[in-house]
Amino acid sequence: MASETRDIIINGLWKQNPGVVQILGMCPTLAVSTSLVNGLSLGLATAVVMALSNTAAALVSRLVPPAVRIPIYILIIATLVTMVDLLMHAYLLQLYLVLGIYIPLIVVNCIVLARVEAYASKHGAFYSFLDGLMMGLGLSLVLAVLGGMREIFGKGLLLSGIDLALGPAANAYVIHVLPGYQGLLLSILPPGAFIGLGLLIAARNRIEQVRALPRRSASLQPQQAT
Amino acid sequence: MNEFSHNIKLTSLSLFGFSVVGAVLLAGTFQLTRPSIEKSERDAKIKLIAQVLPAGSYDSDLVKSAHPLPADPLLGLRKPGEYYPATLAGKTSAVVLEAIAPDGYDGEIKLLVGIQPDGQLTGVRVTEHHETPGLGDYIDIAKSQWIRQFDGKSLDNPKPDDWKVKKDGGKFDYMTGATISPRAVVKAVEHALDYFAQHKAELLAQEVNHGQ
Repeated sequence: MASETRDIIINGLWKQNPGVVQILGMCPTLAVSTSLVNGLSLGLATAVVMALSNTAAALVSRLVPPAVRIPIYILIIATLVTMVDLLMHAYLLQLYLVLGIYIPLIVVNCIVLARVEAYASKHGAFYSFLDGLMMGLGLSLVLAVLGGMREIFGKGLLLSGIDLALGPAANAYVIHVLPGYQGLLLSILPPGAFIGLGLLIAARNRIEQVRALPRRSASLQPQQAT
Repeated sequence: MNEFSHNIKLTSLSLFGFSVVGAVLLAGTFQLTRPSIEKSERDAKIKLIAQVLPAGSYDSDLVKSAHPLPADPLLGLRKPGEYYPATLAGKTSAVVLEAIAPDGYDGEIKLLVGIQPDGQLTGVRVTEHHETPGLGDYIDIAKSQWIRQFDGKSLDNPKPDDWKVKKDGGKFDYMTGATISPRAVVKAVEHALDYFAQHKAELLAQEVNHGQ
């Protein structure tokens, strides 16, 4: 039980991270990660939708004929996203004003469908919920870091746009990382997203490599001895 | 063969079933949330209309005095819209027109354009758009002050040839990387001013009748 839960958390956040390992759902990822606030907002909205769609798909998985499972999953996801969109617009207006434009983008994010198909269709509702949430948080992490990087290099700022989430007073939280910096437009434009994501993937692979080194040499030595 | 057709029936039935459930859920949510969404859109509209007018330049209830505006290609309206005359002590101080820029980067950009009787802009605001977040969305006052450069402009300030973004040889600022959105807005504002110039008499006269 506990180890399954731990595996799901580690998979979502690190081992199978959707952003830098599975490299799924790149269209909204690259388009929206122009600042930390933007990236994190889309990431969190995606996490909510993934948790919901995974749970829904796990609950109905026995009713779904295998031949038409993909259209049915897409139907479930699109219905959920539209419902979340409407409900947020009606009852959580402040949050909607910040996240609203990103919500329709979530439908086209293939990571949502990928998790429903790969995980939720074969597991129980609770683990599916957790898997969706953790995969979503893993994506949020990548989006936040990528957005932060692009913002620092592109504008010399961090947390710009936070006033949309927390009110005009939050403008004071905007950090001028590089005062007087002219800005590197490339970083904000789409190529900046590809370069930044490439760097993140490389960094993650390097960390994995370094972590694997001592273990590999430890496992090699006994073999050499025999 | 029998089993095959049985399978097909089962599959289509279940696909149909899921579609019906999905449609019912969506219709229910839509009905449930519609009043609340319409109210919040109306509240936001009142705030926006007030933004295109200078503070203290009117004392009338803007939304109550709304008049129908016929669908007109100059305004980009495919369906009839509304305009809002603002009066101060019974005299028209400005008219706020609904307009749509049809050629945004991702569909229509809805605008409110405030115009004084002498043809000078009191302000322009974007009420709805689908421009790329972080790139073309600076036309929105929430993201940048860009839209304020229209304040005080009119059809001969700048000259008609200069009603373009700077990249196209005009007088209006834009941000590198996103020229389609500002281009669409500049064009739509110019067209709204044209419309006002052509229909000035009706737009201002109807208000006076209404006020009495």
